[in-house]
Amino acid sequence: MTGADTAQVVLRLDRITKRFGALTANDAVSLDLRRGEVVALLGENGAGKTTLMNILFGQYTADEGQVMVMGRALPPGNPRAALEAGVGMVHQHFTLADNLTVLDNVTLGTEPLWRWRSDTAAARAKIAKLSADFHLAVDPDARVGSLTVGERQRVEILKALYREARILILDEPTAVLTPQETDDLFATLREAVAKGLSIVFISHKLHEVMDIAHRVVILHHGKVVAEMATTDTDRHALAAAMVGSEVSAPRVAPGTPGAPLLQLHAVTTPDQGSAPGLKSVTLSLRAGQITGLAGVSGNGQAALADLIAGLSVPASGRLDLGEADLAQWSPRAAVEHGIARIPEDRHKTGTIADFSLTENAILESYHKPPMSRAGWMNWPRAEAETQAIIKGYDIRCPGPDTRIRLLSGGNMQKLILGRVLEANPCIILANQPVRGLDIGAVNYVHEQLLKARDRGAAVLLISEDLDEIMALSDVIHVMSEGRLSPEFARGTMTPAALGVWMAGHGFDEGLAHAS
Amino acid sequence: MDIFDILLSASFWAAAIRIASPLIFATLGELICERAGVLNLGIEGIMVAGAFAGWMAVYSGLGLWPGVAVAMVVGMGFGAVHSLLTVPFGLSQHVVGLGVTLLATSSTYYAYRLALPEVTSPPKIMAFKPWEIPLLSDIPLIGPALFSQTPLTYLAFILVGVVSLVLYRTPLGLALRAAGENPAAVAAQGLSVTGLRMGAVIVGSGLMAVGGAFLTMSAFDSFFFEMVNGRGWICIALVVFGAWKPGKALLGAVLFAAFDALQIRVQQTPLGADIPYQIFLMTPYVLSILALIVMSRRAEVPAALMVAFNKGER
Amino acid sequence: MRLEPIANPSLARSTLPPMLAIVATVVVASLLAMLAGANPFAVLGLILKGAAGSQFAVLETLNRATPLIFTGLAVAVAFRARLWNIGAEAQLYAGALMTVVLGTGVLSWPAAALLPTLVLVSMLAGAVVLLIPALLKVRFGVDEVVTTLLFNFIFLLFISLLLEGPLKDPMGMGWPKSERLIAEARLPRLIEGLRLHWGFALALIAAGLVWLVERRTTLGYEMRAVGLNREAARFAGIPVNAVLIKTALLSGGLAALAGFSEVAGVKGSLTLDLSPGFGYTGIIVAMLALLNPLGVIAAALFVAGIFVGADSMSRAVGVPTYLADIMLATALLLMVLAILLTRFRVVRE
Repeated sequence: MTGADTAQVVLRLDRITKRFGALTANDAVSLDLRRGEVVALLGENGAGKTTLMNILFGQYTADEGQVMVMGRALPPGNPRAALEAGVGMVHQHFTLADNLTVLDNVTLGTEPLWRWRSDTAAARAKIAKLSADFHLAVDPDARVGSLTVGERQRVEILKALYREARILILDEPTAVLTPQETDDLFATLREAVAKGLSIVFISHKLHEVMDIAHRVVILHHGKVVAEMATTDTDRHALAAAMVGSEVSAPRVAPGTPGAPLLQLHAVTTPDQGSAPGLKSVTLSLRAGQITGLAGVSGNGQAALADLIAGLSVPASGRLDLGEADLAQWSPRAAVEHGIARIPEDRHKTGTIADFSLTENAILESYHKPPMSRAGWMNWPRAEAETQAIIKGYDIRCPGPDTRIRLLSGGNMQKLILGRVLEANPCIILANQPVRGLDIGAVNYVHEQLLKARDRGAAVLLISEDLDEIMALSDVIHVMSEGRLSPEFARGTMTPAALGVWMAGHGFDEGLAHAS
Repeated sequence: MDIFDILLSASFWAAAIRIASPLIFATLGELICERAGVLNLGIEGIMVAGAFAGWMAVYSGLGLWPGVAVAMVVGMGFGAVHSLLTVPFGLSQHVVGLGVTLLATSSTYYAYRLALPEVTSPPKIMAFKPWEIPLLSDIPLIGPALFSQTPLTYLAFILVGVVSLVLYRTPLGLALRAAGENPAAVAAQGLSVTGLRMGAVIVGSGLMAVGGAFLTMSAFDSFFFEMVNGRGWICIALVVFGAWKPGKALLGAVLFAAFDALQIRVQQTPLGADIPYQIFLMTPYVLSILALIVMSRRAEVPAALMVAFNKGER
Repeated sequence: MRLEPIANPSLARSTLPPMLAIVATVVVASLLAMLAGANPFAVLGLILKGAAGSQFAVLETLNRATPLIFTGLAVAVAFRARLWNIGAEAQLYAGALMTVVLGTGVLSWPAAALLPTLVLVSMLAGAVVLLIPALLKVRFGVDEVVTTLLFNFIFLLFISLLLEGPLKDPMGMGWPKSERLIAEARLPRLIEGLRLHWGFALALIAAGLVWLVERRTTLGYEMRAVGLNREAARFAGIPVNAVLIKTALLSGGLAALAGFSEVAGVKGSLTLDLSPGFGYTGIIVAMLALLNPLGVIAAALFVAGIFVGADSMSRAVGVPTYLADIMLATALLLMVLAILLTRFRVVRE
C-alpha cells in the first residue's frame, strides 16, 4: 500500500470555507485523496467533518474554495454531479426508505426517470455480482425496515458501488456496529481499496483510524490542524491533535454498590414494529453503581428505556421499585418514584424546541406546587428555578426566556441534566447521554453521572459506544434482540468478548458462562 | 322492489359506476400527492374549479375533450400554488390546503358571476354521450353496467391501471414513492425531492379537476354551486380506505358509489319513503367515517406524509 | 433553494413580509375588480366605506365579527394543541340547536337564569360534537381533519331533518325554520338604541378568558406543549390524550357560542342559512391572528369588515361579493408565507 504516495490524486478539496451565520464550520480546508488510499478525517463532534463531506457531496455549497474530482471541478450544490463523478457517500444516518426493498433503494435514481419499465432483471444481476465481489450479502427483495443495522449499512455501500463510485465517503460508519461487524466492514473496505477505490473515512475513534487509514487529516474548530501518515504517529499524538489541548477525562474510581433500587423480574414487552421488545429480562440496578448497557442500537435498548421511563408497562414479569405500588406506571409515576430520565434524543423527546428554557425546565414539575397551584402557573417561581439551573449547570444562554432551539447540543443536555438531577433522584436512566456532544460537554455529563453515583444513585447508562460503557460502568450487560446478557464485572471482559455477545451469541448457553 | 332486485339490475350498477367515476379521478389525484408525501386538502376547491372550467370552456364553444384539458390545466394551476407553498417553503399542508380550497371555490364563483351575470338557472351544454363498446356492451348485466358508459368513465378506469403501472413499475414511480417514504434517500441519490413532490401535486391536482369536470360534462350537463358537496373530502377518506394503492382505491370508490346508488333507490321504495331523506343523504359521509375507523389500524401510511423536507436542515 | 433560520430578525425582517402580504392582497383584489370592469380604487374605497364609513357600517362590522371571534377562538385553541378542528361549522349549529330547543318556551325562566343556562348548554352541545372526532383520533388514530369536515355535512343534514320534523315552526308557512325564541332568551342590546347585542361583549370576554387560560394555567401550558411536540410532552408525563380531549371540549364549546349568539342575538330562530360559513372563516381568523386569542379579536374585525364592506360595495357597483372570499383566501396564503419569511431567509443553492 505504499504505492499510494505516487498514485493519481482522485479527489482534491481546495481551501473550502463554509460559514453558517457567525459560525465558520470549515475554514480553508484542503485535502487530497489518491487512488487506492484510505484517508481518515478525524475530529471531535462539531469540528466540521460532516459539513465538509456535505459540501463535497453537493448538499451544501461552499462559500469559498472548490472540489476537484479526477482533476475536474465539481459544480457546487449538486449531489447528482457528485454521484456522476463517482463519489458515493454513506451517511451517518442512513438514507434508506424503510418500506421499500433493498433493490428499490439501490436502484432509486439510477435509471432515467422517464421510461416505461424499470430494468429489474439487470439490476438484480448487478447487485448479485457486487455482493459476491465485495462480500456484501443482502437479500435484494427484503424490506429495508426488516434488516439489521449492519445489513442496512451494507445496502448503503451497495448503493454507492452500484453507481460505480470510485470514491467512497463513510461518515462514522462504525458507530452502530459490533466489533465483529466492524471487522467485516474493514474487510470489505480493504477489498474495495485493492480494486482501486479510494476512501474517506470519517471517525473519532482513534484505534479504527490507526487500523484502516493510510493517512489522517485532523480537523479542529473547522481547520486542518494536522496531517500525517498513520505509520508516523500513534493514538496519543492523534488524540492531542484532535482535541487541541489536553482535556483529561474524568478519573473513574470504582463505585461502592449498595442495595438494589430497581429490579426487573423476567420482564417481557411486545415488539414495536421491527424494534424488538424485551425477552424475559431480569436486571437489578444497585445504589452507588453505574450499570452499563452495551449493544448495537435497535436491539431492545429502546424497549428497556421506555419501560423504566414509564412509557410502557411489562406484558409479563414484574418491575420492582422497593415497596412502591406500580399499578399506575406512567412517565409521571416514574418521575415521582425518583427516576431521572435522560432521553436518547434530546431534540425530539428531551426538549420542546420552541419553548423557552423556563418552559422546558418545568416540563416534569409544572403540575404541582410550587410551579403551579390549583391549575394556575407560578411563572416567577419557575423562572427563578430555571435561573438556578442555568447557574448551577453552567448553561451558556442569553437568559431563561431564550427559546431552547437556539442552544448548542451541550447546553441543551445540561438543561435536561439540571431538570432531572435537581430533584436528587435515586435512579438515573441515561440513554445515549453524550451522543453528538463535544469532548468538553461529554466530560461534563460523565462527571455529573459519576457524582450522582457517588451520592448513592443507581445509574443505568445505555450507549452504543463500547469505549464509553467500558470506561464508566461498574458492571456491564449486553443486549441483543431484546435479550439481556448476564452481568459482567468491570475489567472482566475485553471489547472482543463483549462483541460476541453484541452479535447475539452466548445467550442460550449464557447462563453457564455467567459469573 | 326489494334490495336483491336492485342489486341484480344493470341500471343500478351502471349508476354506481357513473357515481364512482369522478371519485376515481380525484382519489387517484390525491393518492399521487400523498404517495409523494403531500396531503392535498385543496381537493374540494380544485374539483369545484375543474367542474366550472371544463363546463365553461365547452359553453364558450370549445370541444368536449379540449374542455377536459382546460379543466386539467386549471387544476394544475391551483396545484402549482399549493405545491409552491407546501414543498419548497414547507408550510403547513393543512392550512395551505384549506386556503387553496377557499381560493379555488371563491375564484370559481366569482368567475361564474362575471361570466353569467344575469342568469338565474345555469345554461346546459352538450355533455359526453355514452359510448357503447361493440360486443362487450351486449353481455347481460355487465354490458350495460360497464360498457355503456361515457368515455370519461373509461378514462378513469384506464387511469387506475396507468397510475399503478407508473407507481410500481417505472423509475419515476419508485422515485415518487421514495419521496413519500424518506425524502433524504431521494436527495442522496441525486434526485430533486422538490421537483418530484411539486410535480406530483400539480399532476394530482389536474386529475382532481378532471374529476370535478366529470360532474358538469358527463354526470350532468350544467354547473351548480355546492355541486361538489364534500366529494373531495370523501376522496381523502377513500385514499386511506384504499391503503394508498390505486387498485384498492378503485374498489373503495365503486363500493362507496354502490352504497350511494343503493340509497337513492331505497329512497324510492315504500320503506324508504317513511325515512327522512336526510338520513339517506348522510350515508356517504357516515360511510366515509366508518371506512376511516376500520382502516385506521391497518393502513400503511407513507412514512413521510406531511413531513416537509428542507435540504438545508442541520 | 433552501431556508435558513434567522437567529435575531431585524425590525424590517419581522414587519416587511406581513405588510407586503397585505399589499399583495389588495393588488390581487384590484386586478379582479378591473376584470369585472370596475374602477379598483372605487371598489376598494367602497369596501372601506361599507366596513367603517358610518356608525351603521361599524355596528354591522362588529355584529358580523361576533360569531367570527367565537369560531376564530375555537380554531385557535384547537390548532394551538395541533388538533385540527375544521368542524366549527357543525359545533356552531349544535349551539344554535340547543338555544332553540330550550329557548322557545320549554324553559320559561327569567332572562337572568335562562341566558346563562343557554350559554352553558350550547357550549356543552358543541363540546360533545367535537368530542366524537377527538375520541376517534385518540382511540383509533383517525385523522380529525377529514372526520370534522365530514361531520359538518352530517350535522347540517341532521339540522335540516329536525327543521323539517320535530322543530318545524307550524307558523313558518312550510319553510324549514324553527319557532322563535321567547323574549327572555334573546340577548339584549349592548347600548340602548344601537344595533349591537351582548354577544359581542361575550365574545370579548371569551377572548380574554382564553388568553388567560393559555398563558396562566397548567392546561394552557399543556396545550402548547402538546401542540409543539407531542412526543416530548408524552415523555415528560403530560397526559397527551387527556389534554387533546380537554382542548376539544373547550374548542367545541367556543364554536357553539357563535351559534348561540347568532340565534339569541340576531336571528331569533334557527334556519339552515344561519351561518354563511362562519366555521370555515374561523380558520382564516385564527391563522391571521397567529392563533393568539387577543389577536383573534382584531383578525375577526378585519375579516368581518371585508365581508360587510364587500356586500355594500357589491350592491353599489355590481362586482360579485365573492371578491371578499378571494381576498381572504389570498391574505391567508400570503400571510402564512410572510410569517415564515420573518423567521427564515431563502438561500439559493
